Amino acid sequence: MSEAIVITSGKGGVGKTTACANLGVALASMGHKVVLVDADIGLRNLDVVMGLENRIVYDLVDVVEGFCRLRQALIKDKRLDGLFLLPAAQTKDKTSVTPDQMKQLVDQLKEDHDYILVDCPAGIEQGFKNAIAGADRALIVTTPEVAAVRDADRIIGLLESSGFDDPGLIVNRLKPKMVAKGDMMDIPDIIDILAIRLMGVVPDDEYIVVSTNRGEPAALAAEKSKAGQAFRNIARRILGEEVPFLDLNEQETFWEKLIRLIRA
Amino acid sequence: MFGWFGRKEQSKDVARDRLKLVLMQDRMALAPHTMEQMKDAVIMAISQFVEIDEKGLEFEWKGNERSKALVANIPVRSVRRRVKTND
Repeated sequence: MSEAIVITSGKGGVGKTTACANLGVALASMGHKVVLVDADIGLRNLDVVMGLENRIVYDLVDVVEGFCRLRQALIKDKRLDGLFLLPAAQTKDKTSVTPDQMKQLVDQLKEDHDYILVDCPAGIEQGFKNAIAGADRALIVTTPEVAAVRDADRIIGLLESSGFDDPGLIVNRLKPKMVAKGDMMDIPDIIDILAIRLMGVVPDDEYIVVSTNRGEPAALAAEKSKAGQAFRNIARRILGEEVPFLDLNEQETFWEKLIRLIRA
Repeated sequence: MFGWFGRKEQSKDVARDRLKLVLMQDRMALAPHTMEQMKDAVIMAISQFVEIDEKGLEFEWKGNERSKALVANIPVRSVRRRVKTND
């Protein structure tokens, strides 16, 4: 039984594309057939995050418009069996596809894949409506910031009115030290405000920048990065496993504590 | 001097409180639908006991960014002698 999951956020720049790439890598490494769909038509990025930008021949709009067959547009990831990317068109805009066409496309992808992960564009307009059209469930990415949480709330409302009853939340780029100092909202605050199920917490991690530079998602080498591990844990939760949340508490060093006390 | 032992207001609490307020406003603005439904439900409930003038009914949010109140002005035509059941 295959499942289509849309990864969305409302606000841009919170890590939707990174989450999508890493969850795809993690699910594929666990033996599932996964296709990543970049629904951000006109501003495609999932291809570069995945390191597959040089292999694009056809894109999503070509498939929808009948210029090529679906199979021709799918890029196979050589690092992992069963991982594919359907890139977005870069020279078209969001109105070149309709929600009905997206639904058809996702349904067709379900025939051959276990998981279809749809990377949703920022915003709440046509691109968002397209991205959610074929999805069975939704994951919302936010960061512990006022603007991102506010937009997440709006998206949750829109998802609920579109029939998604149990969306999951991924809190990305949490800085444990700032949380410890009381300078960043913590997970209970965010969950209390949004009243939604927590799917995972991803710590802020410089390795994500390095891995994105290289086009090698962090979940490929999760032992190197806490963020990569966190994404792998989220993938296991998607599969229905009960996985405890990572312990992100880093102990303050003596000097950090001293400086904090003096400044207070 | 209290700084050594007492606690400065933490910025995460400021963030949380500001978010709660702004979301309250967002959610209200988003739900004109809900407002209509609520109005109908209130009319139904009150009509069991009194006959009201639905045309003169006013129903609105009052207050400031700190707190919100739902203010209803319901003109009553007459009190029913017997409680009317809706079904």
